[in-house]
Amino acid sequence: MSEPAENTPRRTDPRTFAVRAVSLLSQLVLPVLVGGFAILDDGDFDDVIAYFLPFILLVVGANILFAYLRWTKLTYTVGDADIRVESGVLSRAARSVPYERIQDVSLEQKPLPRLFGLVEVKFETGAGGGDDLKLAYLPESEGERLRELVRSRREGTAVVEADADEGDADSGARLLYAMSSKRVLTFGLFEFSLAVVAVVAGLAQQLDFLLPFEIWDWKAWREQLAGPGQWLAGLGFLAQIIGGIVAVSSLLLVGVLTGVVRTALREWGFRLERTDKGLRRRRGLVTRTDLVMPVHRVQALRIGTGMVRRLFGWHSLKLVSLASDSGSANHEAVPFAQMEEIAPVVAETGFDLPDGASDWHRSAPAYRIDGFLLGFMAMVALSIGLIVAGRAVFAILPVLFGGVWFGLHEYLRWRWDRHALDTRQLYTRHGWFAPSLAIASREKLQSVEIVRNPLARLRGYADLHFGLAGGRLRMRGLALDDASRIRDAVLESMARQDFSEVVDRQVPGA
Amino acid sequence: MDADDDLTPLDPAYKSMLRLQLAIAALVLMAAATIAEVAIPGWTGAVWIPALLVIAYALIRVPLRRYNARGYSLAQERLRVVRGVIFRADTVVPFGRVQHIDVGQGPLERAFGLATLTVHTAGTHNASVSLPGLRHADATAMREDIRAAIRRDTR
Repeated sequence: MSEPAENTPRRTDPRTFAVRAVSLLSQLVLPVLVGGFAILDDGDFDDVIAYFLPFILLVVGANILFAYLRWTKLTYTVGDADIRVESGVLSRAARSVPYERIQDVSLEQKPLPRLFGLVEVKFETGAGGGDDLKLAYLPESEGERLRELVRSRREGTAVVEADADEGDADSGARLLYAMSSKRVLTFGLFEFSLAVVAVVAGLAQQLDFLLPFEIWDWKAWREQLAGPGQWLAGLGFLAQIIGGIVAVSSLLLVGVLTGVVRTALREWGFRLERTDKGLRRRRGLVTRTDLVMPVHRVQALRIGTGMVRRLFGWHSLKLVSLASDSGSANHEAVPFAQMEEIAPVVAETGFDLPDGASDWHRSAPAYRIDGFLLGFMAMVALSIGLIVAGRAVFAILPVLFGGVWFGLHEYLRWRWDRHALDTRQLYTRHGWFAPSLAIASREKLQSVEIVRNPLARLRGYADLHFGLAGGRLRMRGLALDDASRIRDAVLESMARQDFSEVVDRQVPGA
Repeated sequence: MDADDDLTPLDPAYKSMLRLQLAIAALVLMAAATIAEVAIPGWTGAVWIPALLVIAYALIRVPLRRYNARGYSLAQERLRVVRGVIFRADTVVPFGRVQHIDVGQGPLERAFGLATLTVHTAGTHNASVSLPGLRHADATAMREDIRAAIRRDTR
């Protein structure tokens, strides 16, 4: 591509027009087909074609013409201090975004532009809502170039013109984590979603008229089995059980398949690299996303797992930062990996995993006992209600099962929930079913709050809430002196850094 | 908290302002009680008397308790706000974490010469911490203090 000089208005890639035209046509095809069917039903096909074909052609032509005009009228200028985009055929709009306000540049490839090798470039300004500046579509190389340009302008260093097309951002990149196709599929198996199963089951019930048989009707199942499985039908009750198993397992299969497909679409070709600007993540099968998370903006880490995947040692790593990742403030850095694979990524973010020497503390036993008593009292109330209602036989159940459940739950939470404080970081471990670990930097917190409800004041414990940019972090049911100790220590380290250094500038030694 | 002794109490006018606020709410309650009283045949006082008791408590005790529960401190370049009668919260924001500062005055506050100081942080929790019941002059002075500290830090 010929490179025009900076400071001159440029157009987006000419193929943008082709992409728009193709998507426009595909949008028109469906209505035309539907209309065609309606008309065909009426007979008199030739007449109708003669009337409507010119009209359809006119609409298509006008749309394509308008798309062309829009393309010619949209220009962007890469200036010394800002990026300006001017657009509009009838009413013109000009928008300027200074480099200092651009938080990040993200590139997104939807299926169609991807065929043409085009990307949509989005300049994230941190303005809430979808009000970011977008350029659709540019060639991939131009997208990369703009991104590098914005980054280097922001850093205040001289712009290095990348002359050679090969010498792009990848040159200094170091691969931190990638998912093979096998890994993606394994991940998909664990993404089995009960919600999907419930929806499918609901749909099967709602739309059973579409099925050749009634899924919940055991008699119909018996009839289905009556052909090749006549002997089964003869077994009566057994056939019902088999029918039930078939129905349930087909639902489960749908759940598993949905999980695999959804995961493959999202995570295919996952690559996390360390570039000189931060952690760069690329993923997606159909829609490919490319995102760079600046390392010095990471405020905290979250390591999570699930109740089943935990047994196999699978964990996920999320980065909490101010910039948002498709709506959620947590960036998925490693969605599915063993801890050995996560550790190098954690080291790269400037955080440390807790080591054996960490001084772990549990919440106050009084907090857990109170939690148990509150739950148990609710169960006792339920039992009393049952006795009053004349169902005394069942009254034992809530007290028994509720008591066992709350007792076990609170005990396990007491055993597993922990927090620790070391010279640089703060750790909280939460949950026993699917435990998660949050690691926050002491210096990067925004505020500290001690909250005590009446029970807590009576029994001498407190909750500790931390202000974390882009996330929430709290410790519950701490002994009061423990809470004060942590608060004082954290405030001490917070005072050493100003906010601007915490969020924007590279923190030395962090 | 335990180290409550070093906290600065709010301006005493805050008690009067709370009392006035509650009195306005009491009028509404009284009106509702009167309607109920009229609707119940005969003079029973079944609604009026409890309503009056609640109002008396609200006007005499509540402002005092709320006032006593609140306090602040600016020591060590930190804004500390303590509040809550039943649910106690003790929030600390170091000056270095303050994004921007508001000094606001509602109509009632203006009548009493009071103001609310609100500091905003980048945290998701406690994104804004407000401290009502300051003399307006004190609130602006505190704003200047915090702003000066921020400017010194960023330099």
